[in-house]
Parts: sequence; structure tokens; C-alpha cells
Amino acid sequence: MSTISREEVAHLARLARLEVTDVELDAFAGQLDVILQSMKTLAEVDTDGVQPTSHAVPLVNVFREDQPQPSLPRDAVLAGGPDTAEDRFRVPRILDEEA
Amino acid sequence: MTKLNTFEQAVETYEPVLGLETHIELDTHTKMFCGCSTVFGAEPNTQVCPVCLALPGALPVANRAAIEATIKIGLALNCRIAEWTRFARKNYFYPDMPKNFQTSQYEEPLCEDGYVEVVVDGQVHRVEIERVHLEEDTGKTLHVGGSTGRIHGATESLVDYNRAGIPLVEIVTRPVPGTGALAPEVARAYTAELRDIVRSLGVSDVRMEQGSLRCDVNLSLNKPGEEWGTRTETKNVNSLRSVERAVRYEVRRQSALLDAGERIFQETRHFHEATGETSPGRSKEEATDYRYFPEPDLAVMEPSREWVEELRATLPELPRKRRERLQAAWSLGDKDMQSVVNADAVDLIEATVAAGASPAGAVKWWLGELSRRANESGEELAALAITPAQVAELQGMVDDGRLNDKLARQVIDGVIAGEGSPAEVAAKRGLEVVSDTGALEAAVDEAIAANPAVADKIRGGTHAAAGVLIGAVMKATKGQADAGTVRQIILDKLG
Amino acid sequence: MTGHRAIDQTAAHMADAIRTGRATSYAITEAHLDRIDAIDGAIGAFLHVDREGALATAREVDEAIARGEELGPLAGVPIAIKDVVVTKGLPTTAASKILEGWIPPYDATIVERIKAAKMPILGKTNMDEFAMGSSTEYSAFHKTRNPWDTGRIPGGSGGGSAAAVAAKMAPLAIGTDTGGSIRQPGAVTGTFGAKPTYGGNSRYGLIAFSSSLDTPGPVARNALDAALLHEVISGYDPRDSTSIDAPVPPVVEAARLGATGDLSGVKLGVVKEFKEGADAAEPGVVAAYEAGVEQLVKLGAEIVEVSCPSFTYALPTYYLIAPSEASSNLARYDGVRYGLRAGDDGKHSLEEVMSLTREAGFGPEVKRRIILGTYALSAGYVDAFYGKAQKVRTLIKQDFEKAFAQVDAIISPTTPFIAFEFGARTGDPYQMYLADLYTIPTNMYGGPGVSVPVGLSEGMPVGLQVMGPVLGDDITYRVAAALESTQDVLLADTAPEIEGK
Repeated sequence: MSTISREEVAHLARLARLEVTDVELDAFAGQLDVILQSMKTLAEVDTDGVQPTSHAVPLVNVFREDQPQPSLPRDAVLAGGPDTAEDRFRVPRILDEEA
Repeated sequence: MTKLNTFEQAVETYEPVLGLETHIELDTHTKMFCGCSTVFGAEPNTQVCPVCLALPGALPVANRAAIEATIKIGLALNCRIAEWTRFARKNYFYPDMPKNFQTSQYEEPLCEDGYVEVVVDGQVHRVEIERVHLEEDTGKTLHVGGSTGRIHGATESLVDYNRAGIPLVEIVTRPVPGTGALAPEVARAYTAELRDIVRSLGVSDVRMEQGSLRCDVNLSLNKPGEEWGTRTETKNVNSLRSVERAVRYEVRRQSALLDAGERIFQETRHFHEATGETSPGRSKEEATDYRYFPEPDLAVMEPSREWVEELRATLPELPRKRRERLQAAWSLGDKDMQSVVNADAVDLIEATVAAGASPAGAVKWWLGELSRRANESGEELAALAITPAQVAELQGMVDDGRLNDKLARQVIDGVIAGEGSPAEVAAKRGLEVVSDTGALEAAVDEAIAANPAVADKIRGGTHAAAGVLIGAVMKATKGQADAGTVRQIILDKLG
Repeated sequence: MTGHRAIDQTAAHMADAIRTGRATSYAITEAHLDRIDAIDGAIGAFLHVDREGALATAREVDEAIARGEELGPLAGVPIAIKDVVVTKGLPTTAASKILEGWIPPYDATIVERIKAAKMPILGKTNMDEFAMGSSTEYSAFHKTRNPWDTGRIPGGSGGGSAAAVAAKMAPLAIGTDTGGSIRQPGAVTGTFGAKPTYGGNSRYGLIAFSSSLDTPGPVARNALDAALLHEVISGYDPRDSTSIDAPVPPVVEAARLGATGDLSGVKLGVVKEFKEGADAAEPGVVAAYEAGVEQLVKLGAEIVEVSCPSFTYALPTYYLIAPSEASSNLARYDGVRYGLRAGDDGKHSLEEVMSLTREAGFGPEVKRRIILGTYALSAGYVDAFYGKAQKVRTLIKQDFEKAFAQVDAIISPTTPFIAFEFGARTGDPYQMYLADLYTIPTNMYGGPGVSVPVGLSEGMPVGLQVMGPVLGDDITYRVAAALESTQDVLLADTAPEIEGK
């Protein structure tokens, strides 16, 4: 496992939609490195044939029946929105490809 | 831009390889992971809750009916149903995706390794299914300030989350080589077959015009004997006709580029309904990294074999079997039945027959006059504003002698124009065969009087000359006379 | 300080007094609200206080009792709730700027249960932003001070709940524990904190940090009070797919049994690898802990050394799993549907506004973990990191299972060090992470763990952790209550008095 570069942190910040400052970039690159070094220890662990654990008690086939429940009142839905118009959430122009 | 090749030129030089990814919205009562209703067309943001709005703290619980529907689709597509499967998070930011990750499936889909067979031009093409998995739909974004409601040029967008979280089944084919010049038709036939299968299962209304069935078309070209080329992915191709056109266009476009020595970029393209062309999506400066990982908020699924067999036992007659049954019942030859299938008229004819028409009559209208109109207007046959019941009624009027074919076509004009049922249109427009022989005799007498020379010829035994008099009578009665009856009257009078 | 004020009583006493008409819920609730008014300026445990709402519930309880209605065992006893738990109509921020001003339109399941139990909700407590931290210094709003020494941290992430209970601003509180966020604040503030078995309590309405680890639980000043609250909030919830459909372990009964002071026949494991790694624990902490172990032996417990070699890997495993899940869980804070939006000036695109919003709304520790998690999940690494960590979880779980074949419970210090001074560990994230060294293995395993006050070091509280098998929460309460029975005065009642400002 290589150490983590400033450029790599910048790339990760873009993926995570964080407009980080240059000062943060430098700080994070150093701090992440320390943490990653400690994680290197996991690479030593022999996990051949070991099944992964995701929960304390293995849970299987947890389903809900297809019965409608009340939705939220629209006023309550829109009340939290930073900007709404025409009963919808308004967002600035989207640069991305067409939906 | 390189000039396009003709399709025929293109497929002489290159072999297309198809791939189809189809998204089908299930018509469960509730969403994939919450109890919100899925009814289409509700007021914006009235079918949302903490879960599908991704409010802090909300958690998903999987809808059993959606799992069952997906397994049924898998079974109908001859897939293997996983014994162990789970959901995964596909992480990317988009405003109509409330969590900024989509709960989907990654390495362990519910169903794998199936196939669909379609017949095009008498040839059977086997389209292999790689996987069928379950995920959730996004919200809908309305773009404001652009010229056509499209994203380009828009100054802002408005988001409605009613659709967010509706269960979506994704069906992915393996690459389909070897279709040659038939690639567009095979793509279309596959999509139609898939739609018919899913419809027969009763798990989705599969209405392409409402977006409950959406297609992405992958296509690459290679020269015979060479490796497969780079593929493009054309998104949201939303009618059977568009599937065919998108394939055709990409074949023409890519072949022209290859001929010119240029390379094809692996990219997402958009299909434009109006022009039948595709255009590139945003070129991505950074490769997409979805950072898939197993969804920790949901339990794994282990569909028991008993459960799978119970679901298999509920499968209805699948379209192919049904077609064989109907072909026999309608006494159609292979070629005629193929025409019915290609015209996407099986359901329509079946419904027309069920409404009382003879199979021959139903086939005649849907494949003849109505197909012609659909072609002219560029619509799907089913989208014409005439119902099978109305066609049956029309045919009934012809059988009763109240309409002739010419009048029937005028009645169709009226029905499609929204003037009412065939009987109402006939009444309003005064379109009825004149069966009052008194009136016809008077018209014949007038025609004889106006054409003495022709009358003499007939009297002299030249019965073929009667056509002239028949024409005159038809003109006088505005086409509402039955030509056979008129001919008989003429011959009776002059014979 | 063993006073006779309403606020000095245990929750069990308060409940009893209310039920029998010796006190009103209104008076008890008001006494706590007044206490908050008087001293929280000096402590900073609360982010939001709901005087009206709390008193309204108290009045309902008093009226219901006057009518002779039977109410639940904690009816009328006020409670404080960590701000990571969603409360309908009450601001909920997870101590983050990105949620400032958000008023949830729904209640978490555990809040529904608290409301159904007729417990007045005093307010929302401070925490490390999104529960990421061990000192509450990462709250976006203000510091919380340790009532034992206001120059020191109250632990984290649930420093607000622990400090509120330690300073008697609330008899009970809700915390959440992902790597130790209930137990470590409990240890450093001289309070009792329990992390129940994962899945034993609903996470629905808990603002997610790490989905496969987050567990809500009770904060109190003694084991019985915590057990009473544990039973109010626990049990299966069909809205949480990871909730366990099994009976709630009988923790109240276990706490009462433990209080009799008899542990004969109980085998307690001590982890060999924790002792070997004792260089991480302060000598004063070790001394207080060992004195506690002696007491347990006097009560009849047998001490057995168990080997859990994989515990060494618990911390790095945690620092792969938690940030990975967090990076995805926190993606929803994008300024579209709720919370902060920054940079929407008509010039920036949505993508830019999302990035500016998240940059402005998240604090440094949250960003650090998002980036770490994004890295761990990025293409080509997910198997090496997240997948590997899940397998190491299995090894840790196997170590626990092997140990529980030999012993009834495992004990350890809760945290390697007493409450440190503000700023002592914020410069080096790794030093901060060490606070959770002994608590994290339990989160990896999913079993229960409690921290019970065991003594003092340098005048500051030290906690003893009791870890149990999955769904064996009762044994942890029993052992903890037995330890309490050896203390003439509960450690929590010896906290220095706070001068109001």
C-alpha cells in the first residue's frame, strides 16, 4: 500500500464533493497517511477462507409486505428545503449529463 | 462531422455487436424500500417519506413483492436464481437521487445466466441474459429556463421525488454478435419480447411512453474476423421504433468514423426522438468510480428453492406459447403470424377478436389500414386512438353490410379524430351504405339517361361497360351505395 | 455530594415517587430544567432545551396518575437525548452546521418509545459532529466541559449526554455507540453507559455514522436506572432491517440480582492481549481498574485469562469500516432537500453548490473520515480494505465466541486514559482514536458492553468495562451492579458541585 499523495486527496475530495482548501489538502494528506499506515497491519492478517461479518446476528430475508403506508404531508416535506418552487425542490443549473 | 454511411454500406463492411440494458419499473403498490405509494401522476412530492427522501436517520426495508417479481422475471427469462444475494450501494452524486447513492446490486444479482429467443425474418436469434437485478428509481427533474425543457441552457431545475425509490429491475444482455444487417430488428424484437414477457407476468405495465420500460442500447462494430470494437451506450431509448432507429443510426455513424480511420470513444450518448440521431453525453474528465460496497442497512437474501418453485408455479403462459396458441386459433400461416408479431399487433388482435370480430377481420384491419396509418404518423400501432373494441364494432358493421370498406376507412378517420364510436361517427357523418333500392333504382335510371351510349353497349351484351354506370351511381350517392347491388340493378334493367 | 434535592435521586426513585404520588413529574422535570438554566452555561451539555415540551409531558403524567392510570416504569422521569437521534419538531443537528435549523418531521423509533413511556424530553445534547470523535471537541457549536474538571473533555462522541447526567441536569440520557461513544464518556465522567447488543435497539431515526456499528443505548448514574431505560427503548422494530426479532434480555432483573452483591459462580475473563498492550493505558487507570477487579473477586467472581489475539486489529478494522460507511451515509447532505446550502448565488452550478455546501457544512474530522472512507471504497481497494476488514471482524467475533465458551463476561478498563485537557489530542487524529482501544472490539463483534464507574485516578473518574455475549446484555448489568454494590456512595454522586453562572 503506497502512501497517499496530495493529488490523490484532491481527487478523493472531488469524488466526495468537498471543495477542500489547499491548507486542508496538506493537513489531510499527512493525517490520512498516519491512519493508513496503521491499516497496513491488516494486510498481515491471514483471512484465507474467512467469511465476512456485517452484523452481530446474521440476518437473512428481512422483508416488508407490499402495503402502502401514509407518506409525509407535502408541507412537511418541503419545509426543510433550502429553496423550493412549484411544490418541488429548486436547485441551481446542473452541469452533468442529461438525466 | 463525417458524413454518415448508408446502413447497407455499413453492414457490408462491419459486423455489429449489440447489447441491451433494460430498466423496468415494477408496479408494486409501494416503493422498493418504504411504504410510499407508487401511483403514477400524483402531485409532486406527495408520495415521499423519510426513507425515500433520504432524511437523516431513515432506514430501508425491502419490499417482498418486488423481490418476488424480480425472481419471476428471472424465471421467465430462463435464469438461475441466486441462492445467496444482497444489495450494494452504488455511490455517486445526483440531485434526483436523494441518498446520493443508489441501492442496487453488484456482484451478487438475484438472477443470472438466462436467455430469450426472438424470431426475425424467419431466423431464431438467441439473446443471452447476463443478469437481472433489483434497484431503485430516481426522482424526476424539471429543467427551467432552457428552450425545450432540456437540461442544456436551463438556469435552474426543480426536483420531484415521487418516483424516487420505485423498484426498478435491470435486465442486462450479454453481447449479441452475428445479427448482421438484422441488428436493428433483433434489438427491437428482443425489447418487444421482453416487454411482452414482463407484461404477461403482471409485474409491470411496461409502458415505454410513461417510462416504465427504458432501454439503453450498446453497440460496437468490427470487421469480420477482427476483435469486437469499442462500444457506445445510447441512453433512454424509449420506444420500440427508437430502439431500431438508435441501432441503425449508431451503425451508420460508427462505420463512417471507422472508414475515416477515426476511433470510437467509449461514451454515453443520447437518442433524439425528433431526428433519430444520437449525440454524445458529457465527456467525463474523470472516470466514474461508483465505490460499490455491500449495503449495511439491509439483510442478505437467501431465496429458498421452495420459494423459487412456488413462484415458478405461478408463471402464466409466456408470450411464445401464447403466440403458438393464437396462431392456431386464428388459422394463420407462419408468415402472417410473423407479420402480426412484427407489427406488435398480437394483443390488439386478440382483444379485437375477444370483442366479437372474426380473426380474419381483426387481422385485416390491424395489419392493413391501421398499420399504414401508424407508419405514416410514426406511431406505435397501440398508440393509435382507436381501441380493439372499436375495431370489432367497425368490422361488425361491415359484416352487416352497413359499411363498405371505403366508408369504413372514413369511419376510422372519425374515430381517430375523437368523434366517438364507429356507430356514432357513421351516424354523425351520414356514412351508411344506401340499401334503399328505390333510391338506388332512381339513381340507376338517372345514370342510364345520362349515358345512353353506354346503356346500349350493355344491352348489346357488353356487361363490362356497366362499370361506367356504377361509377356514376357511386358518385351520385357519395360512395354510400353497395357496388354489387348497383351492378345487379343495372343488369336487371338492361340485361 | 449526596444531596436531598429532587435531582440527586436515582431515576428509579423518581419514578417510584411519581407513581406513588410523593412527588410530581412536573416538580422533578422543572427541577432539572432549572438546573440546566443554572449550570449549563458552565458545562455546555445541551444544544437545545425544550422546557415547554418537557413540562407539558410532565403535566400529562401527573394528570394520568391523578386519574389512577397505570403508566410505564419510568413515566414522568425526564430524559436528555443525544442530538444524533431524530426528534419530531425539535431541532436535530448531529452537532453539525450542515443540519443547523433542521426540524425533523418524524421521530426515531426509540424516541417514539420514550414518548410512549411518558418520559419528558428535556432537550438535545452536544456531541462530536456526526458522532465522530472521543472528546466532543468536534461539535460544530460549542465545547462540553467535564463536570469533574471543566478544563477537561467529557469524552465523546456523547460528551453532552454524559456531562448532563454527571452534572445532574438529567437523570437519564440517550447515547449512541459506534466505537465507544457511550462507554468512554461514561468512564471519564463517572457515569454508567451501556452499549446494547447491535440490533437489540432500533436504529431507525438514528442519524447514521456507521450503519453496521451504530447502537443507541442508555446513559445513567447507576446500572438499575440504565437497565430501566434499556427496557423502554429496546426490542424489535420492523422499520430497521438489522433489528433482531428476539426478546429483550432481562436487564432490570439482572441489575437487581447484581445489586445483591453475589457473583459466586460467575467467571470473568481478562484479555491477555489488553494486558500486554497496557503501555497504552495510564498507570492510574490500571490501578483503579485492578482495585475494582479485586472487589469483584471478593464478591465471588472467578477471574480467567482469555486470549483474543485479533483484538489487536480492532482499531484499524474500525478505521476502515466506519469511515467507509460514513462516506456513503453522509453523501445525502448536499443542500438539496434540507439543511445548509452554500454558494447558491446564481453563478455556481449545482455540482459546485453541493461541494461548497459540504465544505462549509462539515467540520475537519468529518471531512477527514469522508475522504478516508472514499479512499477505502475507491476502485481497486474495496476488497483489500472494506472486504478485508469485514473478514477481520469475523476473527474478532471468533475470539469473543471462544472466550465466552470459557467465561460469562469479559472485563477491562473502559478507556486507556482519564479525561484529557482540551486540545491535547486534536492535533493528532491517531492519538484521539486510541481512546476507543478497549471499546472497539465489542462494536466489531456486535455484543453488549457497559462502562461502570470503578474509581478515581488523579481525582478523575475511571470506568470498568463489562462485555457480554451477543444478546447477553443481562450479564453485563449484573456484574456492573455488583461492582456498584461495593461502593458506599455511588461514584457518580461524588462529583464536585458545579457553580452556576
